[in-house]
Amino acid sequence: MRSLAASLVVVLLAALPAQAQTQTVKERLPTCLACHGENGQSQNPDVPSLGAQQSFYVTVQLLMFREKMRVADPMNDMAKGLSDADLQSFADVIAKLTAPKPAEGPADAARMARARTLVEQNRCNFCHQADFAGQQNVPRIAAQREDYLVKALRGYKDNSRHGYDASMADVVAPITDEQILDLAYYIARVK
Amino acid sequence: MDRRVSAGLLAGALGLLATAVFAQQPAPAPAAAPLPPGSPLIGRPDNNPAAAKLAPVPAPPLAAAADKIPLDKYKLPKGFNLELYASGMPNARSMALSEKGTVYVGSRLQDKVYAITNKDGKREVHVLVSGLYRPNGVAYKDGTLYIAELSQISKIEHVEDMIDKSPKPVVIYSDLPKDEAHGWKYLAIGPDNKLYFEVGQPGNNVLHDDAHGQLRRLNLDGSGAEKIAFGIRNTVGFDWNPKTKELYFTDNGRDWLSEDLPNDKLNRITKLGLDFGEPYCHQGNIPDIEFGWGHDCKDYVPPVALMGPHAAALGMKFYTGTMFPAEYRGQVFVARHGSWNRSKKFGGDIALVKLNGDGSVKSVEPFITGFLQPDNNYVGRPVDVMNMPDGSMLISDDWNGAVYRLSYGPHAKLAGR
Repeated sequence: MRSLAASLVVVLLAALPAQAQTQTVKERLPTCLACHGENGQSQNPDVPSLGAQQSFYVTVQLLMFREKMRVADPMNDMAKGLSDADLQSFADVIAKLTAPKPAEGPADAARMARARTLVEQNRCNFCHQADFAGQQNVPRIAAQREDYLVKALRGYKDNSRHGYDASMADVVAPITDEQILDLAYYIARVK
Repeated sequence: MDRRVSAGLLAGALGLLATAVFAQQPAPAPAAAPLPPGSPLIGRPDNNPAAAKLAPVPAPPLAAAADKIPLDKYKLPKGFNLELYASGMPNARSMALSEKGTVYVGSRLQDKVYAITNKDGKREVHVLVSGLYRPNGVAYKDGTLYIAELSQISKIEHVEDMIDKSPKPVVIYSDLPKDEAHGWKYLAIGPDNKLYFEVGQPGNNVLHDDAHGQLRRLNLDGSGAEKIAFGIRNTVGFDWNPKTKELYFTDNGRDWLSEDLPNDKLNRITKLGLDFGEPYCHQGNIPDIEFGWGHDCKDYVPPVALMGPHAAALGMKFYTGTMFPAEYRGQVFVARHGSWNRSKKFGGDIALVKLNGDGSVKSVEPFITGFLQPDNNYVGRPVDVMNMPDGSMLISDDWNGAVYRLSYGPHAKLAGR
């Protein structure tokens, strides 16, 4: 799966620069959705679902990819050369995609209960909202892929992923890796 | 030891203890679970809808186009002019000036230091350096630019010849904590030719180790580090009184104590080693509700002025020019970035602090307003102020990614100069 996704990216990257100048954002969107998933729902490991993501947050992330303030293959190459207006247009289009759906199947009740306590203890809902839809620069995390949530939280925890501001670095500092696994399990599934 | 590590160890130890004690008892109710030490949310009332609406106001990540900058919304005293000096610098923060007139601008949320060159009145914005980490502080002296990032101080020699040549800053000091909270720095060079910067407290309201909550100074080569003032929560602006050479600095008060308290402070350093009270005592007369027990505000140095509740008083300068009327000379201009931890926002202006002859404060009043609009929204947020050789002042705005020029009199505008 990884290698298939990677080779797809290489093909798409090769095609991108020549077309990028003349295509509209809507015409370029399929390139994004090839990895991030049609209908806002990613089927690729470690690749986030983008559906109904906060426009403000997407603008910030694309800016950070373009400026290499957030380093993540292949997004730095994808965002290279985009204008400020492009960033905003992509963000606005992505915000209108359908929100992803929670992971299916029976959930481990004990893990869910443990994670609910962690969510309350760490006040995740204060910024991400009670339904985890996010607001402005705070991303929607509801029904995000579990593996991506683990990756993101671990990145904030070891500071390999810099937030645009310091909020998440502060929040995850006291959270253990075991708790990160429970939190991701819960947020990917909660309805 | 890093405060966060020690706090973590402590929390871990307490956790073990709690586990041992309560092992045979039912788990506590989830809602009662305490926030971890140092959490930015400590003190925030639960189940209060007004408090639930408050969070730091995120600045637009992209700089405003020059024709979208709301200059017409800013209100100035009669006779003063405010015009756009340069734009297109996302998150423009602290400023420094070279003798050739180049203005260097740091940023906090971006990775860049910008240079605004000025050749025969034609101004151009350049990205001087990219790839820095929270490069909020900049200072300039004799051809060298000094940059303060989150946890290191570096320099670029012969910087005026390096614009557009992607210079590599050389680190001169890095014995600094890496905390994100209040980790960004203001940087200035004092009359003693030393670099001054702060290490803020690593959270909203926290006890911390002896590496935090202080002002430090260094020789220009990075040697001779000294801690010179303590009990400082987070200062993001300071300047020296040109008459007395005393250092004045703004300090931002804690969040979540109440809507109206505590005030931000303007402090004065009359000798080395003073303690200004944080986090035990706020604004000179309010013992902290958590850490104030057993401490007396009388044991700490009170502020010379209160700068308003949650106002985020940042950059400040004594006015040293002669363009403005006599009443402004030697007075202090302070950029108040504006509050977030207050239902009706406060600040979002340039304040004028008038001094008495002995350096004490006579009055604090709004001078330029309108960054905060009557509908409780920001259209701009001032960060730093700087004297220019012609007696005008520059003001940076991290909301619009712009720098403004404040001048006085009918012939003071840049146009046609």
